[in-house]
Amino acid sequence: MGQITLEEVAKRFGEVEVIPPLDLTIEDGEFVVFVGPSGCGKSTLLRLIAGLEDVSGGRILIDGTDATDASPAKRGLAMVFQSYALYPHMSVRKNIAFPMRMAGLSKDEQDRRIEAAAKALNLTNYLDRRPGQLSGGQRQRVAIGRAIVREPSAFLFDEPLSNLDAALRVGMRLEISELHNRLKTTMIYVTHDQVEAMTMADKIVVLQAGRIEQVGSPLDLYLRPRNVFVAGFIGSPRMNLFSGPTAAEYGAETIGVRPEHIAISAEGGKWKGRIGVSEHLGSDSFFYVEETGLTETITVRSDGELGFRHGDTVWLTPNEERIHRFDKTGDRIA
Amino acid sequence: MARAVSRNAKIGWTIAAWSVALIIFFPILYTIITSLKTEQEAISGFNLIPSFSLSSYEAVQSQNNYWRPFSNSVVIAVGSTLLALIVAIPAAWAMAFSPTKRTKDILMWMLSTKMMPAVAVLVPIYLIFLRTGLMDTRTGLVIVLMLMNLPIVVWMLYTYFREIPGEILEAARMDGASLRDEILYVLTPMAVPGIASTLLLNIILAWNEAFWTIQLTTTNAAPLSAFIASFSSPQGLFWAKLSAASTMAIAPILILGWFSQKQLVRGLTFGAVK
Ligand SMILES: Nc1ncnc2c1ncn2[C@@H]1O[C@H](COP(=O)(O)OP(=O)(O)OP(=O)(O)O)[C@@H](O)[C@H]1O
Ligand SMILES: [Mg+2]
Repeated sequence: MGQITLEEVAKRFGEVEVIPPLDLTIEDGEFVVFVGPSGCGKSTLLRLIAGLEDVSGGRILIDGTDATDASPAKRGLAMVFQSYALYPHMSVRKNIAFPMRMAGLSKDEQDRRIEAAAKALNLTNYLDRRPGQLSGGQRQRVAIGRAIVREPSAFLFDEPLSNLDAALRVGMRLEISELHNRLKTTMIYVTHDQVEAMTMADKIVVLQAGRIEQVGSPLDLYLRPRNVFVAGFIGSPRMNLFSGPTAAEYGAETIGVRPEHIAISAEGGKWKGRIGVSEHLGSDSFFYVEETGLTETITVRSDGELGFRHGDTVWLTPNEERIHRFDKTGDRIA
Repeated sequence: MARAVSRNAKIGWTIAAWSVALIIFFPILYTIITSLKTEQEAISGFNLIPSFSLSSYEAVQSQNNYWRPFSNSVVIAVGSTLLALIVAIPAAWAMAFSPTKRTKDILMWMLSTKMMPAVAVLVPIYLIFLRTGLMDTRTGLVIVLMLMNLPIVVWMLYTYFREIPGEILEAARMDGASLRDEILYVLTPMAVPGIASTLLLNIILAWNEAFWTIQLTTTNAAPLSAFIASFSSPQGLFWAKLSAASTMAIAPILILGWFSQKQLVRGLTFGAVK
């Protein structure tokens, strides 16, 4: 079991309110991702759940029981840190065994679980090494191994992959997703990375300045962002936002169109502009169109074969059905 | 990385370094040389070649058994240091990993007590010792030296602990470690180099402490620093004997320092080279 409920949870550091009172429920078995700009309180929220920080107000329930004042050890959660936080003076085996040793498990049971975890994480040949003798990816796997063996009711990850290179990150991302499919344990995952958030999450929580802007499935957030902030934050490259007369035409204060929902053509269309930078990735091309007179630049995504060059004059046409409209306060107009 | 250093510069620096080292070491060397002279030689002027006479050592040993002050020194230096560590490790843990607004002030205040001359608190401590029967006991000296060195021990440990990433301790907490487990199984093993050099330095400080040991002991608990002092005045100036007593007193700590010099240097420069 691993249902976590936050009721009016707030956090202040001295006078500064980092997290205003906030409610959130994480269902058992869910993979929840916290995203938001740097400094918005993602780590703080995770640490509150972990018990590494004390709440300034509100209650934290784990499986229905009040854990607000419980020590981290008593909450039955496991955490994987960005810095891995392995014990440098212990071998990989001892690192993985540590939580079981603290829990007083029998030696046989410890060995059994270590073997199983090492096998699942490809660490069998490294059990007798020290963390200092491992690569970043291996260290992260040890950290995950250490978390698995306690059989926690939920895993907490704080940007676990951000110290790894791009290729390894993709590999580890898949491993963590597979782990979730296999264990079906609740996971809370903090990240900066759009792709990680969109691909791994059952549910994304978008935070800004400690407030929850929107909670929903990745597609929900992509298709129906609740406000301008979420619209601009979810999706890569960013959604194009227009205000002024362009928006007024649609009866809104602000409108947004995703780069993939704008057609680009040399012949004709709604908005005229000139190609600034173009990026050809093979599978897709990104065009940054300038001099439209609407906004600074409009980002357009199209298939990879399109061969516009810097300086070409082009015409853009938004897909009318995919236009997001927002009112004065930035909220979505249904 | 490797800077080109000319041969001459190397020779120059080597000579300079050896000269400085020799100047610093010379008083100790001359004490050892003098201890190997006869009493007549010792007062007959500057002379670097002794007659290698062991008569002073024999005289010292027969006059005042060496082993009692020696064992007192060991008990007092090691005892006060271990006691200080037991108090200081949790204290430094709290200051390094759970600091408050006042932590810096407390550290400064602790250090400031070392700026006060010890003699300023002699009378109260002397009276406390008289009333509690701690005068001339090992227990009393262990307590006093522990208290005197505690600020330095806490400071040193605090500096080492600050080098340890807090996330590792948090990981231990998440792994179900109690506070005691966290300090015992994670913090202390990781801080071993720092703790070891703190231990060594503090043993040396306690071993060489002379003010309190001389004031608060007479015979029973007198350590080697008091042992030296007992040769310095009462019988006029017997330089060779005094030197022999001094040599006997510093030899153990000199040997300890020699064997642990790597650890000491590494520990003392831990923060600087990293
Ligand atoms: N111990 C602390 N004392 C004071 N302020 C803190 C403390 N920890 C965090 N903060 C503040 O709380 C805010 C949220 O920090 P937090 O680390 O949760 O952000 P984050 O969303 O994880 O950012 P990032 O994506 O950069 O990791 C920041 O403004 C930070 O300065
Ligand atoms: Mg963070």
